[in-house]
Amino acid sequence: MSQIKLDQLAHSYYPDPATAEDFALKKMDYLWDDGGAYALLGPSGCGKTTLLNIISGLLVPSRGRILFDGEDVTAKSPEERNIAQVFQFPVIYDTMTVAQNLEFPLANRGVDRSEIRKRVDEMLDTLELSAKAGRRAQGLTADEKQKISLGRGLVRYDVNAILFDEPLTVIDPHMKWQLRTKLKELHQRFSHTMIYVTHDQTEALTFADKVVVMYEGEVVQIGTPEELFERPDHTFVGYFIGSPGMNILPCVVNGNNAVVAGHSIPLDTVYQPPRGARVELGVRPEFVRFAHAAENGVPVSIESIDNVGRHRIAKVRLAGNPMNVIVPEGEMLSSTDHQIVFDAQRCGIYVNDHRLDAAFAGQGKRYDY
Amino acid sequence: MTTKTVNQKAWFLVLPVLLIVALNAIIPLMTVVNYSVQDTFSPGVFFFEGTKWYKEVLSSPRFHGALGRQFLFTAIILAIEIPLGVLVALAMPRKGPWVSVCLVLMALPLLIPWNVVGAMWNIFALPDIGLLGYGLNWLGFDYNYTQQPVSAWMTVVLMDVWHWTSLVVLLAYAGLSSIPDAYYQAAKIDGASAFAVFRYIQLPKMKRVLIIALLLRFMDSFMVYTEPFVLTGGGPGNSTTFLSIDLVKAAIGEFNLGIAAAMSILYFLMTLLVCWVFYTAMMRGEDS
Repeated sequence: MSQIKLDQLAHSYYPDPATAEDFALKKMDYLWDDGGAYALLGPSGCGKTTLLNIISGLLVPSRGRILFDGEDVTAKSPEERNIAQVFQFPVIYDTMTVAQNLEFPLANRGVDRSEIRKRVDEMLDTLELSAKAGRRAQGLTADEKQKISLGRGLVRYDVNAILFDEPLTVIDPHMKWQLRTKLKELHQRFSHTMIYVTHDQTEALTFADKVVVMYEGEVVQIGTPEELFERPDHTFVGYFIGSPGMNILPCVVNGNNAVVAGHSIPLDTVYQPPRGARVELGVRPEFVRFAHAAENGVPVSIESIDNVGRHRIAKVRLAGNPMNVIVPEGEMLSSTDHQIVFDAQRCGIYVNDHRLDAAFAGQGKRYDY
Repeated sequence: MTTKTVNQKAWFLVLPVLLIVALNAIIPLMTVVNYSVQDTFSPGVFFFEGTKWYKEVLSSPRFHGALGRQFLFTAIILAIEIPLGVLVALAMPRKGPWVSVCLVLMALPLLIPWNVVGAMWNIFALPDIGLLGYGLNWLGFDYNYTQQPVSAWMTVVLMDVWHWTSLVVLLAYAGLSSIPDAYYQAAKIDGASAFAVFRYIQLPKMKRVLIIALLLRFMDSFMVYTEPFVLTGGGPGNSTTFLSIDLVKAAIGEFNLGIAAAMSILYFLMTLLVCWVFYTAMMRGEDS
């Protein structure tokens, strides 16, 4: 169990990276807490697995250092780092029995016989594999094999961290839920630092205390699921998290108003975006509603309305810009003259895809682009 | 209730296959069976002899000698070629420009016609002018494969190892290349030693191709003919007379068609039996 520090870390698969595009991971500097459950979330090819392999020691980063509890482990092997890692596809030792598979990492480390027995029995029990302990691992189903892979990581109580690389890809949907719950339970019991790579937001949001959203080799936001939903730091986070994703509208900011295609939308505070930058208004479909009869809103045209069960999603156009608006159950829509109202508290201003802080908050970030 | 239409025309579709199998396997084999139970003195004159030739072959010291030498030879080359092939495959690079270089080098001995292999080693091992033979004598070894049975055996075995280890290497290498990286990574994470990686990952994953390699090498070495025939002709004496060489001597040299046919059938049944035993023994527990 330890705290993990990424110090000026960057990685390229090329021997002589020249431009920013050559880097699979762009420079990052983060501190991950001891005992935290982190999810690395992002689309395929965003660098999640690269980052994970750097943390586990399967890959040596081209730049920067990685520290466990302050100790530099950049050049150390996975074994020396005392890391457990579970891969996307189950890795089992075919010729061994289920129990021998679980014993293997402990036996290699010279743990004594009685201790191994105890831990393996406990792990078999936890994974509900006791009945199959003496069977050869080869003939098992993919679910069971992956449980063994998980078990080989979890059986080592003293690991610094357990890393999961999309471990539930090959698992049946109902088993997925069960295994995720199991992982969560094990995390609470042993409080290992856990890092879980996935491209599935549901998986990330239910598993992790903190979600690390990655996009094109960069970490764009680290936050709790609520933070990612309420206050995305990057348009990608807004778009990737939530269903449907955040609405992004090109706009001009005028004090505490965002002007979209000539329509003024009030904001909660004053923003001062830099000149010449690409400025957008971001608002989640949950925080936009259709105006009541007497209210003044922004006129839109409705393209279609999808019923998704609990509520309906209206696909609308605001002066040509596509948007989604959530319509609560029971709300009737008038047949003509549709106007929408934005929740000023939940609107964000994005400059070149990054969220802009309020002008007079005293902590305004500067973006040099 | 469904009624099935019976259409006997389907048999015509099987006919070409039956024809091919008949021509390349059944007819020649049955001809040999035919010879093995008859005696002949001139073309068209045959007498039925029953199991006479089989009894004669099975009780002849000459057949026992050839059979013993055959098993010894096969056992020696399998004991060398299989482990050596696996070792070479493990030592070969997994990626990079050297992969193709190694593969081509490995394939070379397999591409040389068998009688050329025999001729090459015949010259290479000559004690007066061959590099190997001359070199060994120069180093102080008394080596002459045309006169000493031990030297002859050594040369025949060495030649076979040179010729056929590549096959085992290529098969083992194919088996190794099919192992996903995740297995090696997982083993690293589990703290496995290099031996444990070999024992629990590489060997099990190579098992199927190694069974094929073993079967191929067994069958090929069990019917080895060309190379030792060109190298030693079965000598000195009959010290390197293996089953095939003996068979050809009986059939063509002495024109003992009945004996030769009975030997062929016994020979075929032995190969079949040993292969079956190997295969079932090695596949046991595979699908449990």
